[in-house]
Amino acid sequence: MTYSFVVSIARKPGLSDPEGTTTHKALNDLGFAGVTHVAFGRTISVSLDAVSLDAARTQVEAMCEKLLANPVMETYAIEATP
Amino acid sequence: MTIAVIVYPGTNCEHDIVHALDLAGADSELVWHRDTDLAGADGIVLPGGFAHGDYLRTGAIARFSPIMEAIAQLAHEGVPTIGVCNGFQILCEAGLLPGAFVANRGLKFICAPTHVRVESIDSVLTRGAYIGQVLRLPLNSYEGNYVADDINKIESEGDVTLRYCNAGGSIDVSANPNGSTNSIAAVASTSRNVVGIMPHPERACEEILGSSDGMVLLEGFIASTEMPLS
Repeated sequence: MTYSFVVSIARKPGLSDPEGTTTHKALNDLGFAGVTHVAFGRTISVSLDAVSLDAARTQVEAMCEKLLANPVMETYAIEATP
Repeated sequence: MTIAVIVYPGTNCEHDIVHALDLAGADSELVWHRDTDLAGADGIVLPGGFAHGDYLRTGAIARFSPIMEAIAQLAHEGVPTIGVCNGFQILCEAGLLPGAFVANRGLKFICAPTHVRVESIDSVLTRGAYIGQVLRLPLNSYEGNYVADDINKIESEGDVTLRYCNAGGSIDVSANPNGSTNSIAAVASTSRNVVGIMPHPERACEEILGSSDGMVLLEGFIASTEMPLS
């Protein structure tokens, strides 16, 4: 069976995020004065064939550890999608 | 003595480094990333460029190229190994150097001369320089902004090799072109034989290029292939 996931990659808090900082400032400049935080990340859609949802999720976790995220500067979250 | 210059799809500075090494009297050989054998290499260079298009993250795909196993093995054995620009990013992704890279603070690709100050001469790249020496080297990168989640460890272990500075050697925010943490421009492994440098020493190797300041670094690297760091 084919299972689908969305992997959300985020920059670790405290590390430089120039896209987030710049966009935050632009939103403030546009009049959205209440904006207190903007952070950039990326989402990656992954579909794979596996024997079960758990087995598929375990594989996606391994993908994140090995390639999709860089543990030096990023965290990841995995969400199953219909 | 032969220095292996690794070529990934998207590498574009390999001939520059070969030319600079040749000027300094060293033989080098281009090695395709799909090769798996680096036997006989006395030194390794990962040149600049955009390996595998820099997709996902800079260096993220390149670190799984077939040649990487041989690079890691030789690096662990103490063979002098340097990464310039994209090569630095690949060495970080491969875990051979600490840290990682994000977009420049100003979100612009920077192609400009920059100054760096020598912070440590205990590395295969800086052994011929002196502490505090200011070098003028070209920077050519979009993701040159160095970050690390263990920056205090990197600093306390003396891994920082070069920092961005102004022409007089002062380090401050205005002299930091890309926002790198603590103005870091080059980092060495704790074993000191693996070094990553973001600006390009090979593009500052003769006066016709506007600076020959990079030569002291490349000569130190070449010397390291013949005589290990003491």
